[in-house]
Amino acid sequence: MLGEGIIQGLVETARNFFGSYVEKDRLTTVQYPEERLPLPEASRVFPFLLYDGTDPEAGLRCVACQICEKECPPRCIRIEKSKDKKPDFVGKQQAYPAVFDIDVSVCMSCQICVEVCPFDAIRMDKEFELSTTDRFGGLLWTKKELAKPNEYYQKIHPMEAAETDERRVKELADARAKAAEAAAKAKAAQTAANPAANGASAPAPEKVTSQ
Amino acid sequence: MISANAVDQIFVTVDHWLVGRMPGPLQPLVSIVIIVAAIIVVFAGLFALTTVFERKGLGRMQNRYGPNRVGPCGVFQPIADALKSLTKEDIVPRRADHLVHYLAPLVLVGVVFLSYAVLPVGRNMTAVNLDSGVLYFFAVGAATELAVFMAGWSSHNKYSLLGAMRAIAQMISYEIPLILSSVAVVMIAGTLSTVKIVEQQARTSNALAHWNVFTPWGLAGFILFMIAATAETNRSPFDLPEGESEIIAGYFIEYSGFKFALFFLAEYIEMFAVSGLAITLFLGGWSSPVSFLAWIPSWIWFFGKLLTLIFGFIWVRGTVPRLRMDQLMNFAWKFMLPMTLIVIFSAGLWHFLTPVVVGPKPMGGVIRWLVCALVIFAPYILLARGLERGRKIEKRTYRFAE
Repeated sequence: MLGEGIIQGLVETARNFFGSYVEKDRLTTVQYPEERLPLPEASRVFPFLLYDGTDPEAGLRCVACQICEKECPPRCIRIEKSKDKKPDFVGKQQAYPAVFDIDVSVCMSCQICVEVCPFDAIRMDKEFELSTTDRFGGLLWTKKELAKPNEYYQKIHPMEAAETDERRVKELADARAKAAEAAAKAKAAQTAANPAANGASAPAPEKVTSQ
Repeated sequence: MISANAVDQIFVTVDHWLVGRMPGPLQPLVSIVIIVAAIIVVFAGLFALTTVFERKGLGRMQNRYGPNRVGPCGVFQPIADALKSLTKEDIVPRRADHLVHYLAPLVLVGVVFLSYAVLPVGRNMTAVNLDSGVLYFFAVGAATELAVFMAGWSSHNKYSLLGAMRAIAQMISYEIPLILSSVAVVMIAGTLSTVKIVEQQARTSNALAHWNVFTPWGLAGFILFMIAATAETNRSPFDLPEGESEIIAGYFIEYSGFKFALFFLAEYIEMFAVSGLAITLFLGGWSSPVSFLAWIPSWIWFFGKLLTLIFGFIWVRGTVPRLRMDQLMNFAWKFMLPMTLIVIFSAGLWHFLTPVVVGPKPMGGVIRWLVCALVIFAPYILLARGLERGRKIEKRTYRFAE
């Protein structure tokens, strides 16, 4: 009959209207600033730099190899290599970035810098509320703003961080074993070459600061 | 303790008191100013309330919250909207007819407010008691078409012209069922005065008021009147003149800032006015439906009914999708027009059956009711069947351009 469909439709909308006051699960809208959905593990926004320990300057993992700078498709990374060197987590002398800037107004969040970094020094952040009143300076992030501790990384990407940490512990153990082996070999060679100078000690591996 | 009558007449008393304090020659002018100011303030305030209720209501019908950021539960949203539209840039197209473009929203708002002159919003609360009130209402209502076409024409934009032409076609087509469905009421009441029509419906017998909507022709007439009113005020599902998906925004596409807000205001004010007329003609105006609720002030009854009808408009808007132009015209001329003529016939039958059936027999009232209902319902079924004949739902085949 004419008009039947309209009555059915009116009943349906009336059910929605009154139901939305009674059944809470009808209203699926998340009231954003007050309520938030947890972000997925793999979500990413802009990159940040990782550091170990408490001092962002000393513990920064980046060695200024500039691979990410070269690989970055929109060229938003700018690195200036330092003149001096400092020991990295396995004790090797490495350069560090004197300047490390990312222009996030240019960054396209492709994660290529993360893929190419051989030192696990750069990772993707989940922080997305980044509005600023200064669209030039406010969107050019320097080393100071980019550096974040490893604990932060473990918090935002737990699975990825566990994998990275495991690998780094293994690397550290390998490096130590290699250093010990090299030291033993050097000692053996020394004793073989000069058994008289038995008392002279081989240079001990430098103390490692990690985690 | 104040008597119920004093509360009922409180606005009339205040008006008389204020006018009485003025010097003699100024009194008519002051009286006019007070009444006009009251109408504008009350109905513009109702417009502000309705916008937020409409957005919240539509939201709830779609299982979402609606505006809830400005103030508690979003009740200050109209203030934010008003400030926004006031601070927006007023853009006029370079090739527009500047004078007409400027005048169109003013004419529309002015004309729409004029129709409130004859609406009885309470007992003794009618701005002007015209003998030809209903006629005046429709005459003024028809002038909105002029304003709409002024807006569409002066914008010098093909979309606004299309929207205006759609609006004219639609408003003229639906004005006929709108007027014809109210003709039935005028026939039975024997007067065109809105005040007298309400007074006749306010009479009670067996505790029940004589509202026209309680009769079969009144019920059918009320439904037809509301459908035609929806089309007349360009509201969904008859909002073709502003169909966003087809002609962007129709006749007010070239209006921005506060001029756009005026169009918006006029649309709602027109909706309230035509709802007010529906209340006056069919729902007993300011009267209560049963005699033991007559202590509630008359203006509360009127605005309660008005809010109910507004909710009906919102409800329909949340339910029914927009019509196509040919569906719109078919509906007006093939369904609405015959049905309103049948309603007029049924009202005549009702009038002539009264002395024949109700007089001699005690069961006469029921018989009269059933006969008049049958006179409307049988043609409705036949008409519906005839309109649906030959219309099969088929799988749509698409032909693409080569």
